[in-house]
Amino acid sequence: MTNTAQTDTIQPVVGLEIHVELATETKMFCRCRNHFGDPPNTNVCPVCLGMPGVLPVMNGRAVEFAMKVGLALNCTVPGYTKWDRKNYYYPDLPKNYQISQYDLPLAQNGFLEIPLSSGETKQIRVLRAHLEEDAGKNTHDIPGCTGVDLNRAGVPLLEIVSEPDMNSVEEVMGYAKSMHRLVRWLGVSEANMQMGHMRFEPNINLHITRGGVTYKTPIVEVKNLNSFRALENAVAFEIQRQYDEWQGNPEGFVLAKLGKQNRGYDDGTCKTVFQREKEEAHDYRYLPDPDLVPVTVSDEWRQRVAGEIGELPLARRARFMADYGLNFKDADALTQDAPTGDLLDQSVAAGAEAKRCVNLLLGRGAAVANERGCAIADIGVTVEQLAELAKMMSAGDVNATAADKIFEKLLAEGGQPRAIAEKQGLLTVKDLGQVEQWVDAAIAANPQAVEEIQSGGKKQKKAFGFLTGQVMQASKGAAPPAEVQKLLQQKLG
Amino acid sequence: MSTRIDAELVRHIGKLSRIELTDEEVSAFARQLGDVLEAFGKLQELDTQNVEPMAHAVELANVLADDAPRPSLTTEEALANAPDRVENFFRVPKVIGGGA
Ligand SMILES: [Zn+2]
Repeated sequence: MTNTAQTDTIQPVVGLEIHVELATETKMFCRCRNHFGDPPNTNVCPVCLGMPGVLPVMNGRAVEFAMKVGLALNCTVPGYTKWDRKNYYYPDLPKNYQISQYDLPLAQNGFLEIPLSSGETKQIRVLRAHLEEDAGKNTHDIPGCTGVDLNRAGVPLLEIVSEPDMNSVEEVMGYAKSMHRLVRWLGVSEANMQMGHMRFEPNINLHITRGGVTYKTPIVEVKNLNSFRALENAVAFEIQRQYDEWQGNPEGFVLAKLGKQNRGYDDGTCKTVFQREKEEAHDYRYLPDPDLVPVTVSDEWRQRVAGEIGELPLARRARFMADYGLNFKDADALTQDAPTGDLLDQSVAAGAEAKRCVNLLLGRGAAVANERGCAIADIGVTVEQLAELAKMMSAGDVNATAADKIFEKLLAEGGQPRAIAEKQGLLTVKDLGQVEQWVDAAIAANPQAVEEIQSGGKKQKKAFGFLTGQVMQASKGAAPPAEVQKLLQQKLG
Repeated sequence: MSTRIDAELVRHIGKLSRIELTDEEVSAFARQLGDVLEAFGKLQELDTQNVEPMAHAVELANVLADDAPRPSLTTEEALANAPDRVENFFRVPKVIGGGA
């Protein structure tokens, strides 16, 4: 980013903390349900209410989910991790401390590869990922007081902290969306933004170079962003705001003098807003939690979890481009989630041509998925149906229009593609005598079009298309278009 | 550990804990907390030069539960000990802004 008035070079420097709620059945340290949207205070017990004398027991699946994310992010998963108490006082935190991991996180020193619009990729380093418990929820819409619902208190939360390796809004969004895709891909989180399964806290500052001197603006942490849109707006706003403020005070508005600041985000104005720094807010007095024993991870355990990860999105996208000859856009669309690509892979394994399957999936399939607001894999087509339909296309048994109709029919009612084609009369007519009859009828019925074609004027092309259309209509789409055109040319040429 | 418990530190801890303390309480807690620390200070006399640091007093690791739900309390039970409630929520004074 370069300013036009001055010759300043501005490099945004952004790190991102992402909180991901894990899709376990139960909470992190008790066996209450982890379920969004239940009536207030129905999934609570003495442990997650912070009653005295209770003992938390960790959820084995949450630990494995965290390991899985760590390994997929190319992190080291150390052989020994432990639990710590992070002390602060807030009504949604019944114990007055949050169980978290301080100095020995479950995963550290990895990276996530993100796509750039240039077609290249960039590695964003991941400093650490640790497990902790979520807090409850405060309701402010009761007059005169705040209501506290502790259903969410104790839900397993994975905090993933990046290094400040992102240098533009695009890179921040690339990282956030890649992480979103990854946790869903691994099946460790639904990552539903509306349900608050994923929250962002970016750290943002600028390195501004003017006249050979580099200035660093104060680092701003924006708290609790709940959507991609909020993240994008907040980062873009901060980059502009910090540059504006710095221009007004180039020697004063700098990190060395002002340090780190917290800001909130206003959804209404899409701006970040100043937050009064809570006195001593960061004095969390971490201490090892005596209620919980450490976690030791053996090589066997680590290898078993690593073995469950399978092919990751970027690797699969590259394979689809190399093996199936797909362009970037199509390959990317088919790797938004794991099951959609599985459907393609399995159909190809069943003998279908990849390109035909892709056209079906990204044509009618994507349209239906979009209407229903689901993934392409969830529209209800089976491997058998997709493979059979694709094979019928390759064999010339149905044309593209007919295939679309069959696809739609089988999504609505189920059934075998060939049976549907036969019943609906959608099979391509290979009987050339029949096709010739349709062609002759069209020629006889449209003397003006015939005249236009034979006179060779500028209307020729349009008239030819019209006649072809007439034949296709007469055949109810069952005539092979290439044969129709060939016959028309022979008869009128 | 040679941290001195003085009035200022007690007020700081009080503020972190969101509790108001009278001057009398501050001096009483300073004395009591000082005594506690002094008792623990005894441990400092032990020679731990060749002892591995440990996170837990029990030689156990990986106490993991199955991820299978068990019954929670009823909402009435959950709210029974609450000083105050509103509908099925715990009722607290109006708070503004986010947590940590
Ligand atoms: Zn519970």
